[in-house]
Amino acid sequence: MAEETTHPTPAEPAAAPKAAPAAKPASPAATKPAAAKPAGHAAPKGPPLATLTPELVQLQQHFGENVITPAPYVGVLVNDLNKLREVMTYVRDQLGFDMLANVTAVDYIKEGYIQVVYHPQRSKGGQPITIKVRVPRGSDPVAPTEVAVPSLTPIYAGAEFQEREIYDMYGVRFEGHPDLRRILTWEGFYGWPLRKDWHEPYYEGDTKPFDSRWPGGHHQLAEERVPWADNVNYPPGFDPLNFNANPDAGLYDSMLSGVPHAQVEPNGHAQQAPQPKGVGAAVPVYDRNHNNLADEEELQTDQIIVNMGPQHPSTHGVLRMVVKLDGETVTDLKLALGYLHRNHEKIGERNTWLHNIPYTDRLDYICGIANELGYVITVEKMMGIKPTERAEYLRVIMAELTRIQSHFWAIGFLLNDLGAFYTPALYFITERDLILDLFESVSGSRLMCNYMRFGGVSRDFTEEQIAHARELAFDRIPRKIDELEQLLTDNEIIKARTIGVGYLPAERSINYSLTGPCLRAAGVPYDIRRVDPYSIYDRFDFEIPVFYGADVYDRYRVRVAEMRQSLRIVQQALNQLDQTKPGDIQAGKKAYNHRVPAGEAYGRVETPKGELGFYLVSDGGQNPYRYHVRSSSFINLNSLKEMVVGHKVADAVVILGSLDIVLGEVDR
Amino acid sequence: MAEPTNANVSEEFQNDPRVPDELKNNVFITSLDKLYNWGRKRSMWPMLFGLACCAIEMIATAASRHDLARFGWELMRASPRQADLMIVSGTVTKKMIPQIVRLYNQMPEPRYVIAMGACATAGGPFKEGYNVVSGVDKFIPVDVYITGCPPRPEALLHSFIKLQEKIEKQSLRNVPWYRKGEDDVVPVPALGPDLVDLRRAQEIKEKAAQAAPAPEQPAA
Repeated sequence: MAEETTHPTPAEPAAAPKAAPAAKPASPAATKPAAAKPAGHAAPKGPPLATLTPELVQLQQHFGENVITPAPYVGVLVNDLNKLREVMTYVRDQLGFDMLANVTAVDYIKEGYIQVVYHPQRSKGGQPITIKVRVPRGSDPVAPTEVAVPSLTPIYAGAEFQEREIYDMYGVRFEGHPDLRRILTWEGFYGWPLRKDWHEPYYEGDTKPFDSRWPGGHHQLAEERVPWADNVNYPPGFDPLNFNANPDAGLYDSMLSGVPHAQVEPNGHAQQAPQPKGVGAAVPVYDRNHNNLADEEELQTDQIIVNMGPQHPSTHGVLRMVVKLDGETVTDLKLALGYLHRNHEKIGERNTWLHNIPYTDRLDYICGIANELGYVITVEKMMGIKPTERAEYLRVIMAELTRIQSHFWAIGFLLNDLGAFYTPALYFITERDLILDLFESVSGSRLMCNYMRFGGVSRDFTEEQIAHARELAFDRIPRKIDELEQLLTDNEIIKARTIGVGYLPAERSINYSLTGPCLRAAGVPYDIRRVDPYSIYDRFDFEIPVFYGADVYDRYRVRVAEMRQSLRIVQQALNQLDQTKPGDIQAGKKAYNHRVPAGEAYGRVETPKGELGFYLVSDGGQNPYRYHVRSSSFINLNSLKEMVVGHKVADAVVILGSLDIVLGEVDR
Repeated sequence: MAEPTNANVSEEFQNDPRVPDELKNNVFITSLDKLYNWGRKRSMWPMLFGLACCAIEMIATAASRHDLARFGWELMRASPRQADLMIVSGTVTKKMIPQIVRLYNQMPEPRYVIAMGACATAGGPFKEGYNVVSGVDKFIPVDVYITGCPPRPEALLHSFIKLQEKIEKQSLRNVPWYRKGEDDVVPVPALGPDLVDLRRAQEIKEKAAQAAPAPEQPAA
């Protein structure tokens, strides 16, 4: 749900078309002190400043109007980088925003700075607040920024991967980050890909549709157009026969030296690292603080480092886990990501708004519809349109069926990871195929439905399709979930393998920004459908299942319970569907070329994996100026290390399975 | 290894006085090629190796409804040393291609490659991305391409049938893997400032020396 609405500027709709790529938010000079700010943005008429929410007013009062000023469109700007940690500690401890939902950056090239945007939120619910800081872009396009932003990892452990991503994509340095290396590309990559002046090898233009394709219709293969005849580019003078290639530079450093990888601040939550409970508790040899490493030297035991992946049957795709083992016990773990980095955000900023809908399908490719929903409601909020009643119901039906089939898949493959090779998965894939049949008949595709539109959906359900959905929702799936539970929930082997494994208590889960079923399995009733309702979820009667074990077993039980609740929603929606007008699936006229008023929004939905957020910035043109995906799979992986250390390798696989990641969403 | 028709063979065989009676209805004669290919094409072991979205459809193909086992191809091996077939199921990224090439080199001959879907064929919807390889065939030879994004399981089954047809046409006389000489090992590309195809190293060096044709240079 887009929580912070945009304020279309009065002049915007008319003026934007001409000045399309130029109209970026520039902060008015009057409100800010000169410190740490690049000069030269004394625009005569800037974008409107945000009206502050009560929390932000309190923040401003506490730190003073010199430090905290209202930012353009939404949120506040922290003017003094040195105060950032202090501000965020206050936000976390005094204001209660204990979870850092999202961190990203925007390159304002005209104004000469990169803006880092934080979205902290409360695990109790409600809307996130927006906090921004700015760093000058720097003079050297290949070097990271001279001015560093203080890393927030000591305050919010969930910031670790996100800050690394910003470093990788924008070259923003983070002071005090425990492991600041490239994350999606590799060490040695040339340049900072998401900066606006960095062009990919097949670069043709800043925005689509490219002139060569439309309306002209001349088509030329990209390979024929570029100097290297391939999707590559090298700096001048590059010698391919004599260069130092080490894409993994720094990866093993902390593992080999034994220096704790996660630094813990004295006043941070991270200090009280809990001991694993249950089955896992019997085995830990080394705790997370590596206190026992001295013993290891005395005993002369050898620890080895093993790479699992990127080609490995149980890493759920091209994930690479680097584990340090003592015998079979994992003593350290690091993740190497980016093997499926498909440049979603760079492509998304070239695409028109409409273009991006099918791309979101390919984020988390198990549940494409849920991703589309997140994107369209964010854009709808910026555009200020509302879908029709029938479209809302169709969206909910499709999104909840997606949740069911995604959980079928997740449970099937969790069993696979437990060693029940393929047989349970086959049962669930059969059921999932029945749901995909409905998707296919409605949208034309099994996985990549491309079903949502701004203000509606692409196709209505026919009578047969409604009958098909009713049969699934009222008869087939409930029976199958019962069967699933009968086979699995009280199964002794499953209990022995999962109870107490991968324990991460609520407080740590929140600090790690864990979302989705994993957070609810730790006893935190956090579900966007309830804490910040979007679409028409407030009309349905359903519960948010919560369990308190915070282990693999309870993550499994949460998923089963959620499938039942999703069924309830689908059943209610199907019953209410005939109160809507058939065929009325699109608000307004169908359009191909949308203009979104200048502004920005952070919208979020509850996908089967967790909170999927879209942070979109529009400059009033046909394309997003910034298109950021806050992916739950990616951020959930932050906490994997803490869950896994102390367990056996075989359990590491199971714990990863219980997080239910999809690499398309992790690497984007 | 002349290939008389089956009818001739069996007739000659039945009438040949040298053949003992007890063998006459129990022995079949065929060419070695046919026997060899008949066995191979019905026991392909694909590598258990998924890249992206297409891998989900590959798993669906292996599941009950589409049932890959009908083809004798269901035994997916996680190790390239035991696999005959690589299904490149998804977007090939620059970061991943060194591993894919290495896996390909580790597969024993005879080995086959199916490029599943638009991305593996030519980069697909992500072709313009800076981390995407424009098709896996830039590095390793591909036997069958399938269209689709992602291809339906039926399309993957179709590609298996096409590959079986290809296998049937191969002959022991000229298959590459019994030839003398070096195996055709593909050099593993390196990750420098960008992906470096070592087969093109000389060309890259010369072009890069001529003061950057690169449009990529960020304008300072």
